[in-house]
Amino acid sequence: MNCDETRALVTAYVDAELDVAHSREVEWHIQTCPACARLVENQQRLRSSIQASGLRFDPPSSFDRRLDAALRTAAKNPERARTARWPWVAIAAGIILALVLASKLGNPGKPVADSLLAQELVDSHVRSLLPGRLMDVESTDRHTVKPWFNGKLDFSPPVEDFTAEGFPLVGGRLDSLAGRTVAVLVYKRAQHVINLYVWPSAAPPSSPRSAVVQGYNILNWTRANFAWSLVSDLNRDELQQFASRLQKTAP
Amino acid sequence: MEQARFELLVVPYRKAAYNLARWLTGNDHDAEDVVQEAFLRAYRFFDRFQGGDGRAWLLAIVRNTCYSWMRQNRNLALTETLDEVEAFGPSPESLLIENLDRESLRRAIQELPVEFREAIILRELEGLSYKDIAAVTEVPVGTVMSRLARARARLIRALGKRNAGGTS
Repeated sequence: MNCDETRALVTAYVDAELDVAHSREVEWHIQTCPACARLVENQQRLRSSIQASGLRFDPPSSFDRRLDAALRTAAKNPERARTARWPWVAIAAGIILALVLASKLGNPGKPVADSLLAQELVDSHVRSLLPGRLMDVESTDRHTVKPWFNGKLDFSPPVEDFTAEGFPLVGGRLDSLAGRTVAVLVYKRAQHVINLYVWPSAAPPSSPRSAVVQGYNILNWTRANFAWSLVSDLNRDELQQFASRLQKTAP
Repeated sequence: MEQARFELLVVPYRKAAYNLARWLTGNDHDAEDVVQEAFLRAYRFFDRFQGGDGRAWLLAIVRNTCYSWMRQNRNLALTETLDEVEAFGPSPESLLIENLDRESLRRAIQELPVEFREAIILRELEGLSYKDIAAVTEVPVGTVMSRLARARARLIRALGKRNAGGTS
């Protein structure tokens, strides 16, 4: 190993982050090269000086109490935690977002609005796939799932099971889209998770429009005074098939 | 349940969180605000914690919160032109590191560009591995190594004394 090769590895060597074979080579080299040995020595001395100098900053004793209080408040009231600091920035951002999203929910026909909604749907879908996030109520029985939404929403979402067609209902949850709480019904197709978002809409009925965001298929339509959105990694044809089935049964 | 896990896996690292925030923001008051904000974020996003090292996870949030804060306060001295400083000046092997006093060390570290400073703090004061530093600072392990190398070269230049014996 020559000087250039050694110099490239000195830092990792001093930090013991080098594999044994390379460490050995650095050791051999510095035994015969005073310049490289000095580099190693300087880094080692620098390290031990920093570590021995008590350069860590400790929080003031009052800080523990302050942090505990903030966390207790957050535990009691999760919404407050969101805006505990920089509240105006958060509130302003929230208002702007709500306006943007509200305008698009009110006008489902606009392409830009569609893409915003599509992105939000996919974000929500991806979040739902994280451990423990998919379902609030876990049941294949629509007579369990539908009543679960009672009192949690200002509408009663249509809930059907399609096990016979290969789209079993597995549960439901509340989620938030465009600043409003929506019902989500979770279906499966083999191993694929399908999230069906339902919320009230005064828009005229429309047939499903498809979109693809980050590889997820999305179908949006309006019918029976509800907006419907399907999101899944299922292929488009089968998702379309599911949408058709849903449209036949919608109230 | 979640509350208990949070207290077990994240809360114990409040000192590490404070130390990093204090070094990045440069003053006590902002460090306290940033750490509190970071803990609230950590609490809110705890369901995204996939297990593993709670310290690295928390420090990544602390770091991001610091960066947001620095951006807001317009004092994010990111990546100045590094090469100039490194191309001139005495070669590191002609310098000798000995008897460093605490105050000059502190000042030299504080004067490092922020991405070098955070690497040094995480490595020397928090004892994180390259892998954990890479996770906290969201760069590849190779970048961690080169940042540490360049940070140390700068510190040695700033603090080293001419080697009278002259081996080079």
